[in-house]
Amino acid sequence: MKVVVCVKQTFDTEAKIELKDGKISDAGINLIINPYDEVAVEGAIQLKEKGVATEVVVISAGADKAMDAIRTALAMGADRGILVTQDTAADEYARAVALAAAIKGENPDLVLAGHVAADDGASQVPTRIAEILGLPHVNVITAIEIAGGKATCTSEADGGTQVTEVAVPAVISSQVSWNEPRYPSMKGIMAAKKKPVATVAAAAAENKTKIIEFSLPPAKQAGIKLEDEPEVVATKLADWMKNTVKVEVK
Amino acid sequence: MAGTWVFVEQRDGNIRKVTYEMLSQAKKLGDEVSAVVFGKGVEALAPEFAKFGAEKVYVVEDDVFAAYNTGAYVAQIIAMINEFKPNAVFFAHSFNGRDFASRLAQKLDIGLATDAIGVELSAGKGVFTRSIYAGKVLTKVEITTSPVLATIRPGVFEVADGAAAGAVVKPAVAAAAGDVYQTVKSFVATVSARPELNEAAVVVSGGRGCKGPEGIALVEQLADMLGAAVGGSRASIDSGWLGHELQVGQTGKVVNPNLYIAAGISGAIQHLAGMSSSKFIAAINTDTEAPIFNVSDYGVVADLFKVIPTLMSELKK
Ligand SMILES: Cc1cc2nc3c(=O)[nH]c(=O)nc-3n(C[C@H](O)[C@H](O)[C@H](O)COP(=O)(O)OP(=O)(O)OC[C@H]3O[C@@H](n4cnc5c(N)ncnc54)[C@H](O)[C@@H]3O)c2cc1C
Ligand SMILES: Nc1ncnc2c1ncn2[C@@H]1O[C@H](COP(=O)(O)O)[C@@H](O)[C@H]1O
Repeated sequence: MKVVVCVKQTFDTEAKIELKDGKISDAGINLIINPYDEVAVEGAIQLKEKGVATEVVVISAGADKAMDAIRTALAMGADRGILVTQDTAADEYARAVALAAAIKGENPDLVLAGHVAADDGASQVPTRIAEILGLPHVNVITAIEIAGGKATCTSEADGGTQVTEVAVPAVISSQVSWNEPRYPSMKGIMAAKKKPVATVAAAAAENKTKIIEFSLPPAKQAGIKLEDEPEVVATKLADWMKNTVKVEVK
Repeated sequence: MAGTWVFVEQRDGNIRKVTYEMLSQAKKLGDEVSAVVFGKGVEALAPEFAKFGAEKVYVVEDDVFAAYNTGAYVAQIIAMINEFKPNAVFFAHSFNGRDFASRLAQKLDIGLATDAIGVELSAGKGVFTRSIYAGKVLTKVEITTSPVLATIRPGVFEVADGAAAGAVVKPAVAAAAGDVYQTVKSFVATVSARPELNEAAVVVSGGRGCKGPEGIALVEQLADMLGAAVGGSRASIDSGWLGHELQVGQTGKVVNPNLYIAAGISGAIQHLAGMSSSKFIAAINTDTEAPIFNVSDYGVVADLFKVIPTLMSELKK
């Protein structure tokens, strides 16, 4: 069984964002694999270790530097990579078209992705890819079992846990609680350098949406901070909750 | 082309609050508002949508719609969009809503704004504000494809009464069992007497400073006194004190309550991503340098094990 994993390169979650010429500046920003996609890569590698998957292919659409995200996934244990070179201003539609075209050529049995990207994530791309490829999609999974041409997925849904069954091939998107991604070993990092990565140009697709502006939200002003005996501050906090916030007490 | 549609978010006839938030906000935008509901035995819900501004309620009932499934729901709404030509369609940014909207958008080859926290509409055009990079950046995205599609973040817009006609319209069923390609094997509701995190007016969260189940129990007692939801930082989730569905933050839930109380939470950037847009924030932390105080309206530098009991008895007074 061949598994393709979609990995997006994103800013480190600690990154401080600055705008330059009205755009988000990536100067000096540490780039990582989107945390959800890292979990998807780990999930794919575990499927291979269990003998369910035979090959794990990682795919990323973006600028040349997205190669680093691919190499990291290879160092974790993926077998090969595909870099789809595309303007990072491509919207969810254009990215899905480009990724789906490249995935189609691989004819995979399973496509894994993250359920949202931690940067400008929209929770759209995997669903759109599934639609383009005519495959079912299951979202926000925390467990998966594959047997008899079917994937049985446990998802974190609103207000509960849902178990969904779909035929494979299918597109499946991860929740972070699915697994704990491994750190690449030194050996893995060395091996990754020799693993094949194909670079292909993105299939042409025009954006369907237009970004009008970026802005930074007004910095939140720190309010009152009290240092005193616990009983004293607790009483004052209670007063504030009653008089300013106007909480209802049961 | 006319009207704004709000797709009703419900499960087994239980309507989620975000539905009312969407109806109320859509009404403010001026165009005629309709609710759209698919399911079994859902016609009886129609008056609920009228209360919040729905002039029309499109009701489609069939076995195939009993539970949300992408294939049948998308087939049905496409038939209705073709027949009634709404200007815009809003969905909840929820487990089902984002799947529905994304699949629909791709099937129609059009744009979609997800997780919107601001909405502007005019004929054939929508401008949506989104909070991205974990709340560190705001962006405005324009949708000019038709219909204008968006998913709306729960807990952002106010629910406002707005009595309207709520006339029931029953479009033809346009989906069949053959459209279904996912089988829901089970849905186990999280058993909790507390409100859901992204619906609660008050959220009380505990972090590593709770030190264990005992500290978390204090957080829960305070929450119950306030009719609040309980949340946690990743540290308390990873320690197994709280279920993963209660994690607040970048890789957890984004909450927007009237009041957020952080007890024993340092305020890491990934945690702030999930709660910094709360209306009021209170923090209880022993470390005067804790970054949570930078975003708090009311911070107390003290031991939560001592503060919470006194706080509860004072609140009762
Ligand atoms: C990719 C990524 C995603 C992440 N996503 C999330 C996320 O979604 N949500 C999230 O929360 N974290 C997330 N994190 C983790 C985050 O970086 C922090 O590690 C985490 O939020 C810390 O939790 P904490 O504040 O409970 O623990 P700590 O940082 O250890 O803070 C504990 C606090 O408790 C205080 N304290 C100790 N004893 C007491 C006492 N008796 N009374 C009062 N206060 C006391 C301490 O002063 C301290 O400030 C993520 C990290 C990464 C890398
Ligand atoms: N440029 C990209 N390259 C590879 N995968 C992507 C890209 N953009 C999005 N994805 C995948 O789609 C998921 C959801 O992205 P989004 O819809 O942008 O929130 C991500 O977690 C990735 O798995």
